[in-house]
Amino acid sequence: MLAFASAPWPWYVAGPLIGLFVPLLLILGNRLFGVSSSLRGVCAIVLPRKVDFFHYDWKRTELWNLLFVTGILIGGFLAVHWAGSQNIAISEQTRLALAKLGIHDFSGLAPREVFTWSALLTIRGFVSIIVGGFLVGFGTAYAGGCTSGHAIAGLADLQLPSLIAVIGFFAGGLIATNFILPLLF
Amino acid sequence: MSTSVAYSPDASSQTKGQTWPGLATYLVLGILFGITLTKSEVLSWFRIQEMFRFQSPRMYEIIASAVAVATASVALIKKLRLKTISGEPITIAPKKLGLGVRYAVGGTIFGLGWALTGACPGPLFALVGNGVTVMIAAIASALAGTWLYGWLRPRLPH
Repeated sequence: MLAFASAPWPWYVAGPLIGLFVPLLLILGNRLFGVSSSLRGVCAIVLPRKVDFFHYDWKRTELWNLLFVTGILIGGFLAVHWAGSQNIAISEQTRLALAKLGIHDFSGLAPREVFTWSALLTIRGFVSIIVGGFLVGFGTAYAGGCTSGHAIAGLADLQLPSLIAVIGFFAGGLIATNFILPLLF
Repeated sequence: MSTSVAYSPDASSQTKGQTWPGLATYLVLGILFGITLTKSEVLSWFRIQEMFRFQSPRMYEIIASAVAVATASVALIKKLRLKTISGEPITIAPKKLGLGVRYAVGGTIFGLGWALTGACPGPLFALVGNGVTVMIAAIASALAGTWLYGWLRPRLPH
């Protein structure tokens, strides 16, 4: 059990567990798995202004999602305190490719050379964190869902819009990885 | 997730479970999901890079098996016409295709951000819990992005 707690889970444990959140949320509360509508909910609470998109009954439709993401944050905290921090055993090929981009510190979940508060003042830190975050928020609202809502729940419900969105996710990711990161790093 | 268009009438049936014990369920599920995101390593920038460079099958195995389990579950729920624990019929609102522009363009914009931050929304929250606190800035920026979309929405093709 302790080994299971401290080691990263193999894909055949991790993947099916992620998939199980779809039926769990449906059966426990008739909710469709999806994280990003929490962002809309926060906008509706904090700064609805005169924007129609943020005038809706968020208490009824989004409160669950705000609690869910609060739980995700707590879960991340518990996992690291319960099982210890982890280094990611990426493939040698990826390590070499990233070293060419100037990444030398492979400890932790994200490169410390880019994802720290002080790195926010560098171009690559600012673009990775602030521009990247902005595109995530804009894109998921425009697409009406993110990896959870489209790639997992939407595909599970065999929805064509979700398939189009997922193709877009990968198109964007490949463009950023192959054309933007080499300029940035 | 198909929340940006007006809510479908069946959403009005989703009022049950809004009591505090019911809502606490979502907090517990969120905690379990945060642990899963961490132990599966899908929240790692390194894993996302490995995926977009096609240098390991791991992320694809995780996504494929997650979708397989979710698809089988949804099919079973529909076939058996299962109800929620509080007795409501389970409903999944279909997403409106429209022109499809929002999915193609919005999806691509999201993908750019996914590769840059190395995280989609769930992992952003899990990373903050994991101590990568700078992701608070990424979440704040994501909120700004969502807000700008809301403001521009009447002028964007969908």
